[in-house]
Amino acid sequence: MEEGKVVSRSVAESAAAYAIIHEKFGKAVSAFDANDTMPFFEVLDTELWPDIALFMRDHAKLKFNYMACLTGLDYQSEDKVGIVCNIESLGLLNHKLAVKVKCARDGGSIPSVACVWHTANWHEREAYDLFGMLFTGHPDMRRILCPEDWEGFPLRKDYKVQERYHGIKVPY
Amino acid sequence: MQELDTAGLGSVRVTRKNDNVVVIEKDLATEQMVLAMGPQHPSTHGVLKLECLTDGEVITEAVPYLGYLHRCFEKCCENVDYPAIVPYTDRLDYLSGMNSEFSYALAVEKLLDIEIPRRVEFIRVIVAELNRIASHLVAIGTYGIDLGAFTPFLFCFRDREIILGLLEWASGARMLYNYIWIGGLAYDVPSDFLKRVREFVTYFRPKAVELCNLLTENEIFVKRTRGIGLMPAGVAINYGWSGPMLRGSGVKWDLRRNDPYSVYPELDFNVPVPDGKLSDVGDCLSRHLVRAWEMDESLKIIEQCIDKMPSAEGFNPRSAIPKRIRPKAGEVYARAENPRGELGFYIQSDGKSTKPLRCKARSSCFVNLSAMKDLSKGQLIPDLVAIIGSIDIVLGEVDR
Repeated sequence: MEEGKVVSRSVAESAAAYAIIHEKFGKAVSAFDANDTMPFFEVLDTELWPDIALFMRDHAKLKFNYMACLTGLDYQSEDKVGIVCNIESLGLLNHKLAVKVKCARDGGSIPSVACVWHTANWHEREAYDLFGMLFTGHPDMRRILCPEDWEGFPLRKDYKVQERYHGIKVPY
Repeated sequence: MQELDTAGLGSVRVTRKNDNVVVIEKDLATEQMVLAMGPQHPSTHGVLKLECLTDGEVITEAVPYLGYLHRCFEKCCENVDYPAIVPYTDRLDYLSGMNSEFSYALAVEKLLDIEIPRRVEFIRVIVAELNRIASHLVAIGTYGIDLGAFTPFLFCFRDREIILGLLEWASGARMLYNYIWIGGLAYDVPSDFLKRVREFVTYFRPKAVELCNLLTENEIFVKRTRGIGLMPAGVAINYGWSGPMLRGSGVKWDLRRNDPYSVYPELDFNVPVPDGKLSDVGDCLSRHLVRAWEMDESLKIIEQCIDKMPSAEGFNPRSAIPKRIRPKAGEVYARAENPRGELGFYIQSDGKSTKPLRCKARSSCFVNLSAMKDLSKGQLIPDLVAIIGSIDIVLGEVDR
């Protein structure tokens, strides 16, 4: 954070929560990005993501008990895909934080946090369905919105729709 | 439900419902049967398929299959300008278009960091609350139909029609409004609009009581819903439930209060949660009650907005709308209290384009429905209908 910059209360709360996580996990997490609209940090050691998630949920000063949203993202220029999770402490400490996790674009995987927050279950399926990263340890890793036998991952920036699906012409 | 061991000869199943003990099967070897419910089943309120594994009348597992109404909302968003997404958001939750637009507008405005005229804020809140009542009326009416009560449905739709008429008068459309724009409104409200809204509030108050007498205090309805589909508060939060579903489990959480936006902090209203007297906290009846009580709170909000609203003199609903909407590079997650819960938009902008790099809608029904597996375990098939109805899904928002 820049010196002397006025930060809003919610960003300051997020920064305080981040400090606790950083203290515990050190180099496994990136520096804190204190922007006004959505303060976040990134998990650098992907394998530790479920541990960090569990720590965030159960630590007495964090209590992130509610995952509001999990969004899949395509970082085409970095040759990566990833997720961003908006997590907050509902009704307890009332702070929010966003977490980003990235993995390789082809055949990459991210450990699942469906066992930490049930919300992640369907959201991870959706991210897999649209971006194609696998979630290891997910209880039910199937497509959710597209049909099971759909080809490709529609929300990738370089997605080309298949010519035919069961004999039906797809592009129009 | 209780299962007694009979040394492999068969099973005896005893299901307890409230005080009555209902014996369903006795000394009968049963086998599992797959029962596909939907996608065209009337009680699924659209195109949802539930694959139920049943053991006699008891459901051992119900797996939802979605995507029948998937229209690639998020892909469409990446190909159109920011203002052109507004009509798409109407088509997410088509029963509460105003609320969806409101939520989307909040997200982009947060990214743009612009100030909205006060009158615009009040009009937004009025139309959103009117739409909330209309949406709850559909939820309550169709829930009655699911459980065999037809009359309340007719009452609900009669009153909903008045709201749709009012919203049509303001925006030109009955359900897909495109009224709340980024930074403002499409039009100011018509000159007599507020007077008519006030008339509606006066008209609707006793009608809401009548509806309660007809349905909420109906013994058959209560028997079908009380104690069914129980969800403890902790599990509900872990599942990411929001809106009337979460409040039905006794959690006093309303984004209009707890993460306030627009002019809601200035308004006086309650966040009703069940106290366990009329219903068991966390059951289907609680969720229904929360919706019924919320309509009354919405009426209060509308009345206050009309009183507090600045006059229309020199008012231009489009004055704060930027000429070219191109937010600075960054990300935002903004949300609003939809009739079905938290509708959030995650928007990523690269700072150069007039189109979002990524726009994700966090659908409340999608998240609420994901608890189906836990909710339906060990329930009876007719109770499954009561449970789905109480979730109040709109498949347009689930599938996007």
